[in-house]
Amino acid sequence: MTGRIHSIQSLGTVDGPGVRAVVFMQGCPLRCPYCHNPDTWDFAQGEPAQAQEIAQRVLRYRGYFGKSGGVTVSGGEPLAQAGFVSALFAALKAQGVHTALDTSGCLWSDDVQALLEQTDLVLLDIKAADDKSARARFSLPLEVPLSFLRRCEERGVPVWIRHVVVPGWNDSREELEALAGLLSGVSCVQRVELLPFRKFCVEKYDKMGIAFPLNGYAQGDDAAIAAAQERYFAPWNNKK
Amino acid sequence: MDFTQWEGFQNGEWQDSVDVRDFIQTNYTPYTGDGAFLRPATARTTALLAKLEALQKEERTRGGVLDVDTTTVSSLTYYKPGYLDKDNELIVGLQTDAPLKRGVHPFGGIRMARSAAQAYGYQLSDELEAEFKFRTTHNDGVFRVYTDEMRRARKCGIITGLPDAYGRGRIIGDYRRVALYGVDVLMEEKKKDKQRIGENWMGVDNIRLSEELYQQIDFLDKLKQMGAQYGFDIGRPAGNAREAIQWLYFGYLAAIKEQNGAAMSLGRTSTFLDIYLERDLQNGTLDEAGAQELMDDFVMKLRMARLLRTPEYNELFGGDPVWITESVGGMGEDGRPMVTKNSYRVLHTLYNLGSGAEPNLTVLWSDALPEAFKVFCAQVSVDTDSIQYENDDLMRPTYGDDYAIACCVSAMKVGKQMQFFGARCNLAKLMLLAINGGYDATSGLHIGPQMPPLSGERLTYEAVKERWNIYLPWLCKLYVNTMNVIHYMHDKYSYEKIQMALHDTEVTRFMAFGVAGLSVACDSFSAIRYAQVHPVRDDNGFVTDFETTGEFPQYGNDDDRVDLIAKALLEQVSGELKRTPAYRGAIHTLSVLTITSNVVYGKKTGSTPDGRKAGQPFAPGANPMHNREKNGALASLNSVAKLPYACCRDGISNTFSIVPDALGKTPEARVENLVNILDGYFGQMAHHLNVNVLNKEQLMEAYEDPEKYPNLTIRVSGYAVNFHKLTREQQREVISRTFHQSL
Repeated sequence: MTGRIHSIQSLGTVDGPGVRAVVFMQGCPLRCPYCHNPDTWDFAQGEPAQAQEIAQRVLRYRGYFGKSGGVTVSGGEPLAQAGFVSALFAALKAQGVHTALDTSGCLWSDDVQALLEQTDLVLLDIKAADDKSARARFSLPLEVPLSFLRRCEERGVPVWIRHVVVPGWNDSREELEALAGLLSGVSCVQRVELLPFRKFCVEKYDKMGIAFPLNGYAQGDDAAIAAAQERYFAPWNNKK
Repeated sequence: MDFTQWEGFQNGEWQDSVDVRDFIQTNYTPYTGDGAFLRPATARTTALLAKLEALQKEERTRGGVLDVDTTTVSSLTYYKPGYLDKDNELIVGLQTDAPLKRGVHPFGGIRMARSAAQAYGYQLSDELEAEFKFRTTHNDGVFRVYTDEMRRARKCGIITGLPDAYGRGRIIGDYRRVALYGVDVLMEEKKKDKQRIGENWMGVDNIRLSEELYQQIDFLDKLKQMGAQYGFDIGRPAGNAREAIQWLYFGYLAAIKEQNGAAMSLGRTSTFLDIYLERDLQNGTLDEAGAQELMDDFVMKLRMARLLRTPEYNELFGGDPVWITESVGGMGEDGRPMVTKNSYRVLHTLYNLGSGAEPNLTVLWSDALPEAFKVFCAQVSVDTDSIQYENDDLMRPTYGDDYAIACCVSAMKVGKQMQFFGARCNLAKLMLLAINGGYDATSGLHIGPQMPPLSGERLTYEAVKERWNIYLPWLCKLYVNTMNVIHYMHDKYSYEKIQMALHDTEVTRFMAFGVAGLSVACDSFSAIRYAQVHPVRDDNGFVTDFETTGEFPQYGNDDDRVDLIAKALLEQVSGELKRTPAYRGAIHTLSVLTITSNVVYGKKTGSTPDGRKAGQPFAPGANPMHNREKNGALASLNSVAKLPYACCRDGISNTFSIVPDALGKTPEARVENLVNILDGYFGQMAHHLNVNVLNKEQLMEAYEDPEKYPNLTIRVSGYAVNFHKLTREQQREVISRTFHQSL
């Protein structure tokens, strides 16, 4: 099975539990305004690679995973190459490696369904809490990620919701309360992580000659994020 | 033997002959719990520390040296007793008669002593100068014998950092023997050895050894007198924990009074001392606060050790290091962890006294260490950046469970093995020398086999390798011969009398060679093989630069194509060195360790085929070159883990710097992840890792505004250093060096 890979980051500690090798897939159908990796958008870029070969590379880091770590496939949008990721996860799971999928949940197919079977944890960014914002900011009906979340729920796949908070853009009380509302009662959601908006990617945008849509916004403040986490998402904060 | 001071200890073979290991194994109490029992600094400790800090501040204000005694030759009994605060010190003893005042060590070389004093505005006294007009120093002896070629190799820096003008160091006396047996027993044992040696055939070796034994006995006597000057009878064994620390420290103090070695390491003392502390705790004569207080006081003394160095020396080695390396933890051969409560206490001094560069705390890591201790160490690393890690699972099969680290990464059995410190040769420079047929473009010197520079528009791997295979054997032979001269003369004119008195009489000797510029050399070979390297020549046809186009595999990306070049280079160097016998039957060993001297070596090396420009720093130790890794930190660790310890028994040093955010989201996650990284790295039988968890911004601030972080400690290739003791250039280099950050 061949896929297109952007890169492998051997030491990931912020995309799922523990020490993780992070495989960045090449190509994404979305153009989220806060995207950090514009260099992963174009499906024609990246390096073609075999799932077995990438599995072997990931296994080189297995000794560092300990009891909690594993592999995370991010991107790009991994669901766009679900067959490849599925083969990769199957190979790694056979070796006892914990598999995490970092996705927007924007696609569904038989391949994606098969991929979920091989996935130990989904890191899901549902991006917005109401359909209007979802369409306006991400050109994506809210129903798309929500139906992905329901499918995780049906299959009992654990989910961590990851939500980027941009000050003055999507950090209103109404929005965060609405998000918490959407998630309450969904038992597969183990954790909600609010991620502070960062602008480290500006250099990449400049290099690529693309305007960074949120350039006018300030970076997120760690203390404010922690406060919002506590205020709106307390039910998930102490959940294992 | 039996002494009342041994009451309460388990009997064993250690009572029949000098055998500290047996004493430890018979008597120590492994500890598998966490650090909750630890106590903060007492008011007495805090007050004493304030005095020391005031002196340290004054020392910085005076340009790095507080005071120098220019009239006395530093030795064991020539100074009056000195104190930081006589009434409040639990452990006493200073190198000179006043705290932080430096003594003069002229036996290694009077020139070095003179210029070091002058650099800080002092003049050696006329009497001292007159005395040494009629004495041969180690430095004199070496230069009497150096050949023209050795001088040129030294001058152009292809062999560099040679211990030919000061003490060679890297020898660890078994200072624990002073506490366990007392000096009288040690003297008696040495007298018996001298008698025994004298019954053999008196050839050169035995005559030399007999004279050395005479000196050892003489200096044990001086050690006893030194103790008496401070009011202690250290002829007898130590009777309690405070005495054990005091006796042991006197042994170490004697060593740094006598010698100004390049590294004066302490050994493996904390678990030994735990036996005494535990006995006193059981007796009720000491409580935990008191036990910690003793260790705090001991470590404060170690932090006061000072040697008078030249500014050039400090530039080479980075800061003002003594490398008082203390090895902590590890596993016993019987499978019990050698972690004790006192392993925690010695690390806890980093909190009670603040983080600091000395002693150079070195954790011997094993997969089997108690989990709580692993977590504690990782926490200390995250909090203080002051410890380094070395792989006990890798070293124990060779060195057993009573070895210690000298300097940064050099393992040796305490009291049974010693090493001749062998500086290092510059592999990147050797490649340029080979390409230019024995001409060093940086210094303008001709050296080695002479032939025309390599011709052609593009360098081919075969042609360069062919040249390499001519120049490497030449260099290795020259290197061994040079070291032989140095160590013959050091034994003759500046023998380590007290340190060797605290060794077995028959010791195993290593000669520890080293390489610098490994990553530059292997990436250059890779560039020549996988990319296009076009030499740029001057008017005489000598290559002065390279134009490299195309991609090539770079060391640090877990890519075998280049990592195995690095491995093969080391195996080749090690094999070539062994062809020339080493002085005194020493076993050849090799290190990949450049300390901060990577900056100085880079300065002396022209542009290289890997794209590094003339004068740019090398990577430190076995680290990959800065900013060449494409796959993150673990890929880099995997590359270094492939270097073969089997032929690099003197150590493979790697420095790992990471910003806190890249290590994990929460403080707990950072500690857990660091434990897993250490397990993963050492599980591949990698040798050594320095860990720095700090922000680039923080370093930038410290660079701009030193007073903001006066005690900022960072780890460089094998030891900790106060950031402000580095030169500005070294500080910049540390900042620009790869910080592992995630995408």
